[in-house]
Amino acid sequence: MDPTIILAAGVASGTVLLFASVGEIFAERAGVINLGVEGMMLIGAVVGFGTAVASGNPWLGLALGTLAGGLLSVLHAIVTISFRAEQVVSGLALTFLGTGLARVLGEDLSKAGAISLLPKASVPVLSSVPVIGPIFFTEQSVLVYVGFIVVPIAWYWISRTRPGLHLRAVGENPAAADALGVDVSRLRYTYVVVGGLFAGLAGSTITLAISPGWFGDLTTSGQGWIAVALVIFAQWSPLRAAFGAFAFAAIRRMLLDIQGPQDLFGVPNPFFHDHTLTFFLQMFPYILVIVVLVAVSGEALRKRIGAPAALGIPYVRGERGH
Amino acid sequence: MTAGVPARHPGRARVALPWTVRLERRLEVPRWLPAATTAGAVVVALVVSGVVLAIAGGDPIAAFVHMLRASFGSPGVISDTLVKATPLILTGLACAVAFRMRLWNIGAEGQFLMGAWGASAVVLIPIVPAGTPAIITIPLMMAAGMLVGGAYGAIPGILKAFRGVNEIIVTLMLNYVAALWVAYWVFGPWSEGGFQLTPQFPKEAWLPRLSDLAASIPTFSGLTIHFGLVIALVAAVLVRFLLVRSRRGYEIRLIGDSPRAARYAGVNVARNIVIVFALSGALAGLAGMTEVTGVVHRLQQAISPGYGFTAIIVAYIAKLNPYGVVVAAIAFGAIILAGREIQPSGIPAMIQGIVLFSLIASEVVLRYRIRVERRAA
Repeated sequence: MDPTIILAAGVASGTVLLFASVGEIFAERAGVINLGVEGMMLIGAVVGFGTAVASGNPWLGLALGTLAGGLLSVLHAIVTISFRAEQVVSGLALTFLGTGLARVLGEDLSKAGAISLLPKASVPVLSSVPVIGPIFFTEQSVLVYVGFIVVPIAWYWISRTRPGLHLRAVGENPAAADALGVDVSRLRYTYVVVGGLFAGLAGSTITLAISPGWFGDLTTSGQGWIAVALVIFAQWSPLRAAFGAFAFAAIRRMLLDIQGPQDLFGVPNPFFHDHTLTFFLQMFPYILVIVVLVAVSGEALRKRIGAPAALGIPYVRGERGH
Repeated sequence: MTAGVPARHPGRARVALPWTVRLERRLEVPRWLPAATTAGAVVVALVVSGVVLAIAGGDPIAAFVHMLRASFGSPGVISDTLVKATPLILTGLACAVAFRMRLWNIGAEGQFLMGAWGASAVVLIPIVPAGTPAIITIPLMMAAGMLVGGAYGAIPGILKAFRGVNEIIVTLMLNYVAALWVAYWVFGPWSEGGFQLTPQFPKEAWLPRLSDLAASIPTFSGLTIHFGLVIALVAAVLVRFLLVRSRRGYEIRLIGDSPRAARYAGVNVARNIVIVFALSGALAGLAGMTEVTGVVHRLQQAISPGYGFTAIIVAYIAKLNPYGVVVAAIAFGAIILAGREIQPSGIPAMIQGIVLFSLIASEVVLRYRIRVERRAA
């Protein structure tokens, strides 16, 4: 129950949620909900791991896993943008497809032995800063540092650049964006695929860096869905998403560590002595997601902020959304 | 005009195809088209699944023939298919009711588990003394399953109606919570000798099976169909009546088509959200009840191979029509049954995903007339 270890582990495994939710933020900012994150992550995880097993090269695994997530998202883009289908159902279909395909591809992978993982590193100078150093900059996977860089770039791109302005316009008021010459379909396609690439990256991050190995559906164990919830919590901001991802992952790690000691705060640890009680510990993160969403919904109502206005609505030139 | 906003099609060379595709919104849909579209989508999905199977190194024709034989090849397996279809009919109805109002209840799986738990509680706590006749035990278990499932379903309904919380996320999270809840009871208080299952229910808590009649009608011997199928079919009729003939159903359809219009018409939208979610949860909970009392006769962790998720596709393929749900549930019951023998185990889920994709993609034909026009030179 060392807070530094818990927080450092939270930063490491939070990176998975961070990638997935930043990707989803891009797609949703463009007006397309993609509920297939879980499926795309599983595909990214299995393709990344499988490639690393076959080639011995985790970097190649990372690249192909990321691409696989992007490839799967193209289906969602075609069906929702060109065919104007219901985005919710298409996303669910993507999760079914991704999960099934990942199980098929990963059939023999659960027996695969240890593979060479992506390297870990400490950042010179920064790692010796008290408190922050050991949590953020000591012996973390390179992908954690990639996450540190991705977040400010995503934030800057969305809120401070011209392409980001177009992105937001397409998600808020596609008709106006169209009238100003922004190609709504093309931007939506682009950002759905960007979201898919990030989900694939998130999946590969699990199997190649954070908790290596292929365990079927348990590899992601619902993190794709948590990422979708994080986007709402984050109010579609990458900075808040990063904070949420790290905090959530740290809490999950803490729940694991609580089960270890015989005594907790001087009293016998109930979770150590009665193992069945740990099921309630495991429920906690999921309940926490609901509680946080309820809290955020109040805040959103008060401040009148919310989802991109055209989120979930197909755009047809000359037609009003429903 | 803001400076710097690119003009339409800025200098970029567009790929010039000799034709363009234009979508025109249909004002009327021909009566035959929806059924034809669904059939076409299923055929396309099977072809695509076959191609994927072939790429994965399998023989698709042999696989499909094998699946057909394993699910419809003899009275025994047809009976098993219907047993798998029973919970799918009920969870499919649960989804159809909610989806009709455009409420995305993805939580039928959790509501199914909670219903199974509630029904089990009647004989495991126990609420009725041992030896209570089936005529009392079974209805009580049905009520408990529906009550617990319905209450569990009402949670996302209340959060959605009064706080505007996204129901998809809440129902999904509650699925995980329900699975852990069942795990706790199965490992803990109700565990039989430390194993991960509860003691077997008393015979009074078993739904009658066709094979129970084998003494008088020998052809029924070995047939696993249980009374849950009757319950499911009655539920389909009732849901159909509710949606098509009742005032509540009218409100549900009105809200589903246009919440704003419904509000102007004086319909209490929040109230309907909660009611529909509770009803949806109750139907899924009833499915959990029929599964523990008709098939496994005890509570254990693995009582659902994802019935609550397959239900989403069942409801969708049926175009939310309750009778269609029955037909679709039988088809997917067959996939689940036959899928157990298919390796790798992911293939049924993959086929389900492909079917669903193909279905929603096909709907473009229903909503739009697709015109291919030659591009003027």
